[in-house]
Amino acid sequence: MTRLLITLLLAFTLGQASAQSTGNDSLYKAFGEKAGLTLLMDDFVQRLVAEPRTQAFFKNTDLSRLKTQLTDQLCMLSGGPCKYTGRDMKSAHMGMAVGKSEFNALVEVLQEAMDAKNIAFTDQNRMLALLASMHRDIITK
Amino acid sequence: MNGLSRYWLPVLVLGFGIFVIGGAQADTGKLRLTGGVNSIDGVAGGGLTPWAIIGTNASAGERGVSAFATRVKPKDYALDVLGVVAGFNDRIEFSLARQEFDTKATGAALGLPGLKLEQNIIGVKVKVAGEAILDSDTWMPQIAVGLIYKDLDAGGLAPTLDALGAKQHGTDFYVSATKLLLAQSVLLNGTLRATKANQNGLLGFGGTAQNDYRVMPEFSVAYLLRKDLAIGAEYRVKPDNLNPSILGAGLKEDDWKDLFIAWAPTKNVALTAAYVDLGRIVPAIQSRKQTGWYLSAQVSF
Ligand code: HEM
Repeated sequence: MTRLLITLLLAFTLGQASAQSTGNDSLYKAFGEKAGLTLLMDDFVQRLVAEPRTQAFFKNTDLSRLKTQLTDQLCMLSGGPCKYTGRDMKSAHMGMAVGKSEFNALVEVLQEAMDAKNIAFTDQNRMLALLASMHRDIITK
Repeated sequence: MNGLSRYWLPVLVLGFGIFVIGGAQADTGKLRLTGGVNSIDGVAGGGLTPWAIIGTNASAGERGVSAFATRVKPKDYALDVLGVVAGFNDRIEFSLARQEFDTKATGAALGLPGLKLEQNIIGVKVKVAGEAILDSDTWMPQIAVGLIYKDLDAGGLAPTLDALGAKQHGTDFYVSATKLLLAQSVLLNGTLRATKANQNGLLGFGGTAQNDYRVMPEFSVAYLLRKDLAIGAEYRVKPDNLNPSILGAGLKEDDWKDLFIAWAPTKNVALTAAYVDLGRIVPAIQSRKQTGWYLSAQVSF
């Protein structure tokens, strides 16, 4: 049993290392490339402004710009041929007093949007893993 | 045992309830299943071992509460646990639990029919570093330290425990490291527990064979199948302080293992089922391995 756990640990360690070094676009493909990401982000932003825990933040936001920026950002992160040209995450969220609870609310809304597009749970988590660490720049409360 | 010890737990629970009802927020914000379930000692974690995560749904700046009921049914015994957990600011966790262990035929064979071993348990846990869930770009786990104080009411078995050199209260100290490998949908936990407990405290603490604290490793691995469903395994190494004893190897104890599935149908409810292997428990009377099932229900806010 202990040996099994150690083997599992090693397998995950190696898996993680190789996933980081290959830099392929399999995740980009799993999200339906640019077209799929555009539809996903349209729906996601609609949900964000409908969700009571996040809507207040977007009162004065240009939503169509936000959709474009998010699409480019996720496209680039997932290995697609895009270039994100928006602000860095620290400047973009400065002064908003986003808390961890709101951050988690946004993750939940994104999970719902990904579910609605039938994106496999493992691919959802690969994408979330690319985004989650941004909490350090986004959460300021 | 003085009579008062029977009352401290209910009094604490009441105080706890008043405090938390006054303070718990309606809309706490942790991701589903990331608050863990409750171990048999109450502490948030796996079923048998504490994790570094702080229980309840409360995220940073919030306070939350959870309550749970667990039944473990190995072949020749039964363990029932009830408890409550409060989490503050995703940093500090307090837990209270009450265990009732039905010794069934073993008690009768020892001339103590109907013998139940009862433990009142208090746990305190503090997160000291890291962020298990969101720090997806580093290997740094979330680390927490904690203590678990247990007060055993061994009923008619107390004189035997005295003769075996086992105290009827004790404190475990532990450090846990938990890491969610989000890209792999895998959660790992490792815990080091300094303990004197015999069978998790149900047979007291320390013994004539071995009376020092021993540091024991415990491991959990979970795989997330869906955002509301996880499967996993746990392994907990235990000391063997009562082996040998005046009963020879008759009180030998083994490591504990389980395979579990946890389901969170809503953000506020988690149900866990497991197959457990608790090894031998008092093999002088019951020589077979105590395999069986584990069921636990938790509500958290
Ligand atoms: C991993 C999580 C997040 C990512 C990847 C992300 C990404 C982005 C991006 C790419 C932009 C556009 C920047 C630009 O236009 O230059 C943006 C803007 C914005 N974000 Fe986020 N964000 C995240 C979390 C959050 C959270 C938790 C909130 C609040 C609940 C939030 C609220 C906003 C708002 C209100 C804007 C618009 C700012 C403006 O109108 O100038 N974001 N975000």
